[in-house]
Amino acid sequence: MSSDSALAQLTLQRVREFAREPEAVFWTFFFPVLIAVALGIAFRGSGEAPVQVAVVDGPGGAALADMLRESGHAEVQLLAERDAADALRRGDVAITLEAAADGSITYRYDRTREDARHARLVVDDVLQRAAGRTDPRAVTDVLITEKGSRYIDFLIPGLIGLNLLSTGLWGVGYTVVKMRMDRLLKRFATTPVRRSDFLLSFMLGRLGFLGFELLLVLGFAWIAFRVPVRGSILTLAFTATLGAFSFTGLGLLVASRAQTTEAVQGWMNLVSVPMWVLSGVFFSASNFPDAMQPFIQALPLTALNNALRAIMLDGASFVGVGGWNAIVAAWGLVCFVTAVRIFRWK
Amino acid sequence: MNTASAHEAVRCRGLRKRYGDVVAVDGLDLDVHTGECFGLLGPNGAGKTTTIEILEGLIDPDAGAVEVLGRTWQHDGGDLRQRIGVQLQEAQLPPKLTAGEVVRLFRSFYRTGPAPEAVLALVQLDEKRDAWVSRLSGGQRQRLSIACALVGSPDLLFLDEPTTGLDPQSRRSLWELIERFRADGRTVLITTHYMEEAAQLCDRVGIMDRGRIIAVGSPAELIASLGADHVVEFTTNGALTTADLETLPGVRAVREQESRWFLTVREVHAVIPALLELLRARHADLAGLGTHAATLEDVFVSLTGRQLRDE
Repeated sequence: MSSDSALAQLTLQRVREFAREPEAVFWTFFFPVLIAVALGIAFRGSGEAPVQVAVVDGPGGAALADMLRESGHAEVQLLAERDAADALRRGDVAITLEAAADGSITYRYDRTREDARHARLVVDDVLQRAAGRTDPRAVTDVLITEKGSRYIDFLIPGLIGLNLLSTGLWGVGYTVVKMRMDRLLKRFATTPVRRSDFLLSFMLGRLGFLGFELLLVLGFAWIAFRVPVRGSILTLAFTATLGAFSFTGLGLLVASRAQTTEAVQGWMNLVSVPMWVLSGVFFSASNFPDAMQPFIQALPLTALNNALRAIMLDGASFVGVGGWNAIVAAWGLVCFVTAVRIFRWK
Repeated sequence: MNTASAHEAVRCRGLRKRYGDVVAVDGLDLDVHTGECFGLLGPNGAGKTTTIEILEGLIDPDAGAVEVLGRTWQHDGGDLRQRIGVQLQEAQLPPKLTAGEVVRLFRSFYRTGPAPEAVLALVQLDEKRDAWVSRLSGGQRQRLSIACALVGSPDLLFLDEPTTGLDPQSRRSLWELIERFRADGRTVLITTHYMEEAAQLCDRVGIMDRGRIIAVGSPAELIASLGADHVVEFTTNGALTTADLETLPGVRAVREQESRWFLTVREVHAVIPALLELLRARHADLAGLGTHAATLEDVFVSLTGRQLRDE
């Protein structure tokens, strides 16, 4: 590709415009780092967090509260009945306890809240043991703090995948529509430039910054949290590049006809929000019902995240992630070819 | 169409384009000769932009035949784009690229053409080579836009209201640029609503109104068609009728607009004394009197009864 070819010049345009837009640079490079910091702190895994409990101030209430406090497993507030109910409703506490004159205890909690079910188990366990319960079966707890198995280890590959999606969709889709609104695309339409060159330049333009983006997140994750990369860095780079191409293709497809930035934002949300939720960025995709799994596993972000995690955490080989990469590549190819076909300058 | 159109740069017949209820172009015929500068002159909304964008291959007409440089958009779109240069109204160039980068970008789209540096020099932007487009003045941006239209060494240049919104000096420097391009024997099609621009630049002018061309000719021919060289305009508090004024010596046409009278006349010196005489006889005061040499504006007004500019 000579530097005077249309593709080279268009790619240079992409790179220059991006590099000269400080905000775009900031969001592309530092947003994933910010999320990693925030979630890394929230789930830093320094022991088990105590459960939040309210005890109704009545006969035996104070004693109950002391008992729970001493266990170290609960943070306890002694509240009037009405205040306790308010605290529960607001979510300040996960469960309220009320002792009756006969020594029995009433638990009030929402069964659909995971932290409430957890709080009930913890609280009940403390109280029953204090009351003299003995466990007939011996058990041993082995706690995992091994690097590569913590939440932050799960999170970082997902964030890389998510960032590739965001940059591809928003960076590309928004830029194309802005150019259409500025009538620059209409101006291009009067020249002999090929639309495949124009669209391809977005793919190539992404390459210029991808390496930097990847190194920044991986470097930060290693320095701050010691998140490992167990597989080959080349396989990781290849997989990320494939992901970037695929999502750029998706961005081009979404922007191929949209007339306004509002319209393209709607489309981009429609495409990206389901993947934010379903594709195993913040929690495992296996939390969703089996019936949905074929759909979820076919999404490009699910496949990309699976591949990135397998490479980083399990040390998977190039061949080992081949199936996922094939899914990602297929999405990219179909999106790009469709975009070239239906793209309109005006 | 036949081979007789070989020396026409643009030839179209029965062009029609409608947007919903609005008929933008209404059966337009147009011939632009190779090597001439042809101006489409008309008020806003006359259909100039729709017409030129059909000729540029951007819009498909609903009906009619278009031939550009002897070819049609349906069959030779790719080749035609190599041979035309286009400046669009309100198209923005990338604001965060430098002038030099923009020209190099557009140059890369064409098979042949001058070096980017040469084009920058031609439009006198060599000193602004490294300035971002967003930092250029309106006139400089417009020259850059024309530079991008020239990088492919086009045979035919389309300019859509290139000087709208520019100060007089920028306008003049753009006119010089267009004249330099023409000096190489190449063809220009320009739209404008400035009659001075059409009179200054164009070999021939087509006056456009409501989607049609209502008169074609050189600026001198069009003005001559008025049969008079001057326009006398005045305001008065007296009750005059068109018939009163038509009887004055040398008056070819009378028009009243917003309580101001316009007389198209052959000889100013014969009309003024007679006009003053008439007013004195009616005991009417003259509020404002002016005369000017007849222009394309007067041609437009006499053809349509309306002003060219809507101010």
